[in-house]
Amino acid sequence: MTRPELIDNKPIQAKESDPPNKPLLLQIERLQTYYPVRNGVFSNTVSHIKAVDDVSLSMYEGETIGLVGESGCGKSTIGRSILRLENPRSGRIIFDNEDITHYTQRQLKPVRTRMQMIFQDPYASLNPKIRIFDALAEPLIVHKLAERREVQRKVDSLLQLVGLPRSASNRYPHEFSGGQRQRIGIARAILCRPKLIVCDEPVSALDVSIQAQILNLLQDLQDELKLTYLFISHGIGAVKQISSRIAVMYLGKIVEVAEAEELFRNPRHPYTQLLLSTYPAPDPTLRTNKKMIIRGDVPSPAHPPSGCRFHTRCPYVQERCLKEEPVISEGHHTVACHYPLTL
Amino acid sequence: MGHYIVRRIMIAIPVFFGITLLSFLIMNMAPGNPVDMLINPNIPKEMLELKKERLGLNDPLFVQYVKWLGGFLKGDLGYSFSSFAPVSQLIGERIGPTLLLASSSLLVGILIAVPVGVISAIHQNSKLDYIMTGLSFLGTSIPPFFLGLGLIYMMGIELKWLPTGGMKTLGGTGGISDIILHMILPVTVLGVTIAGKKVRYVRASMLDVLQQEYLRTARAKGLSEFIVTNKHALRNALIPIITVVGAEIPLLLGGSIIIEQVFQWPGIGQLTMEAILSRDYPTLMGLNLVAACIVLSTNLITDILYAAVDPRISYN
Amino acid sequence: MELLLEVDHLQIAFQTDQGELISVDEVSFELGSGETIAIVGESGCGKSVTSLSIMGLLGTSGSVIQGEIRFNGSILTDCTENQLRRLRGSEISMIFQEPMTSLNPVIPIGEQIAETVRLHQNKSRKEAKAIAVDMLRKVGIPRPEAIIKEYPHALSGGMRQRVMIAMALICKPKLLIADEPTTALDVTIQAQILELMKQLQQESGAAILLVTHDLGVVAEMADQVIVMYAGQVVETADVFTLFRAPQHPYTQGLMKSIPRLDQHKKEQLFAIPGAVPSLKEIPSGCRFHPRCPLAVGRCEEEQPELISAADGHRVRCWMAGNTEQIFVNHTVEVTV
Repeated sequence: MTRPELIDNKPIQAKESDPPNKPLLLQIERLQTYYPVRNGVFSNTVSHIKAVDDVSLSMYEGETIGLVGESGCGKSTIGRSILRLENPRSGRIIFDNEDITHYTQRQLKPVRTRMQMIFQDPYASLNPKIRIFDALAEPLIVHKLAERREVQRKVDSLLQLVGLPRSASNRYPHEFSGGQRQRIGIARAILCRPKLIVCDEPVSALDVSIQAQILNLLQDLQDELKLTYLFISHGIGAVKQISSRIAVMYLGKIVEVAEAEELFRNPRHPYTQLLLSTYPAPDPTLRTNKKMIIRGDVPSPAHPPSGCRFHTRCPYVQERCLKEEPVISEGHHTVACHYPLTL
Repeated sequence: MGHYIVRRIMIAIPVFFGITLLSFLIMNMAPGNPVDMLINPNIPKEMLELKKERLGLNDPLFVQYVKWLGGFLKGDLGYSFSSFAPVSQLIGERIGPTLLLASSSLLVGILIAVPVGVISAIHQNSKLDYIMTGLSFLGTSIPPFFLGLGLIYMMGIELKWLPTGGMKTLGGTGGISDIILHMILPVTVLGVTIAGKKVRYVRASMLDVLQQEYLRTARAKGLSEFIVTNKHALRNALIPIITVVGAEIPLLLGGSIIIEQVFQWPGIGQLTMEAILSRDYPTLMGLNLVAACIVLSTNLITDILYAAVDPRISYN
Repeated sequence: MELLLEVDHLQIAFQTDQGELISVDEVSFELGSGETIAIVGESGCGKSVTSLSIMGLLGTSGSVIQGEIRFNGSILTDCTENQLRRLRGSEISMIFQEPMTSLNPVIPIGEQIAETVRLHQNKSRKEAKAIAVDMLRKVGIPRPEAIIKEYPHALSGGMRQRVMIAMALICKPKLLIADEPTTALDVTIQAQILELMKQLQQESGAAILLVTHDLGVVAEMADQVIVMYAGQVVETADVFTLFRAPQHPYTQGLMKSIPRLDQHKKEQLFAIPGAVPSLKEIPSGCRFHPRCPLAVGRCEEEQPELISAADGHRVRCWMAGNTEQIFVNHTVEVTV
């Protein structure tokens, strides 16, 4: 695939982490994932929650894409659709040169060793009655990734890799703290040596000092195991820390994608700008009396506003935004807005 | 809501016919038939055969069922094989006393279970709690017929305070007070059994609600513990109890069969017992029909009530 | 400034199956009227327990076993339940973290607000309802006349937190305790709620005790900051001093471990090693010593007192005042 020509009016400096140098790992094309809303005598589907609506995104090997947005914007649904935990309504998901959009469960089994997920609450995804060793050994045996006599050694090295003591393997999930459980969740995600890991709010439930440990661990593992991350979070700070590129979502749409530094320096979508400005900086000298604040609540994804979906809350709204839906621009720094902000 | 009720009723119709078909088949699988049950050795075999033929018992099962169904759809439940009275009339006479007994018992059971469960939950792990849960356990584990017989012996025979059975004093002037006097013992037995089972549900539900954060909010407003418990907590704790009580009603009908026997209560429990013993198929089918109606409608009413008291649930 | 709240050497214990657990120890601070003080710390540090103890809402298993809480001339720790009840909701009120679970799901919103008014102000049902409608309008709820008949589930998280704020401020309390008021909300909604709290504070002159784990929220809201770790106050200072020159190694580590939007990305975040100790295994000596890069032998054996490092800046560390530490305070690089 060749990258589209740069049509952005702003010159962009070449960066070491320029994606085109790396092979494409995942390509989402015009993905739609809807949830039906049923009603009536025969439970007819009367409308849809448009959780993900016409989203395209490309991920290159070794990069981390941060996916930010408010709750209900569809960011988790994208993650679940990629892993085919949800069935997309239309669009294509091409992972590692395979179109997996319509794969059956049987076809997905080998694919799933190459894509894994880390959850917000690792405790909920660990069986409380199974010791850590068995939880980690089982996938190795099921997917025939290790000889039986090798399993013990593999589990030990895995625990060491995620910073847990070897003795952890004989304990049960409830004996661990939140941070340690997330380390177990990460160990389970990497044991099949995946290429892609979808991290769904992996640090949101953790204490501040533990968040940093887990973010650092994820970065170390990425370097060591050549992982690609889709990092889904509403915590802008964590996303900024770990991501090479960031995609901003609003009501089922991606509204802006850019390199992390670029996005923070030069947000072009009004929503991005407001989202960043509302993040309270840990510095009282930056406190302002009149902050830019987004008014109102997020509209329902079952009945998104016409035209640009952000128009109901946008401070720069124009006549055209109410009627015409903006198309995402092409280039390094893409934005879906009729009147993108310039510096 | 309207849609929801219509949908539920539409689902109930095939279920209803399924129940009649199944009960018809099961009933006919039981050994013996109405004619064999007329244990009179003087009647010659040929007469019995003739009678079977006349009652339609020699037809294939399928034909018998369709005949019954045809009658039912025309509003005719047939005639009892043993008393030859119309089944609808038999049931009509008996259902009133049963509903009276069952609803009074349910009411008494709830009136005991709710306060006991709530107090028990508020004083969790105290002596009071242990005594109350202990008593409720006793209430569930004593078989109702045993409790009934014990009460008859004590209150009716030894102390002679209460009548031992029936619904009215024979030859008496009747009246409501007479019926109430006759109801005390059977209602006590059924009420205690129901309360015994329900106390644990109320207690568990209340314990769950007592953990909720909105009670902390209520206390932070300065409300007294009495209002926190009885206004803020109880309303929430009773919501799941609706389902439990709804599920109790069919069981209550089953339970009253035995209690009606023990107390000679003239309800459908007794009628059921007689109909089973004499293999009175039309009456049994009629009774099954009534039971199915009660179960299906209580389920529906329970779900509708649930939505009415819990604003979070809407069926739209 | 008039002194409104004084917490003096507070110690709180909980009765558990494993015996008595000291959850909060050696906590002292003062709050003037109209001022905002933030208690910041990680889970289990005792910040929420401290705030609940002011309201007298520790429940049946928790109790203040030492120290005093003085509020507006009365000693709360000596008050009877009846006396406390008269203060709750009228003089001191509280909002909680989860607006989803903090409102009663089966009672209409209007009634939940009006009931407080009727309780403390001897108003009729009709008057109380009118006051509730006014208050809802004040906190930015659209169509308050219709909303009072609604149940909480019909509102979004942000709207519910506005209802909680309306409920808390309806009797014009002198002190508002806000326990993680925005933690469960999205950032855009968080900004709205923080702005609303500031605006209402200016109008009413209420003091705010803000309990949070988020240093960003602290920087945005607080005048004074108390940093708690494992049940103790480890550092207290005015907000500018604390963020400019944090003295306790824990505070310093905490500040360095949060990613900042206004700085260029460093390869790795600073991370405090280890985990927050549980109440059952509180370390001897300085409670932070197992995770402290500066710990020396003395820290393991002896518990440091709060030492005054500068005017109004107190630190529970032997090295307080000696800022020459391995943690270099970050310089703020503001990019435009």
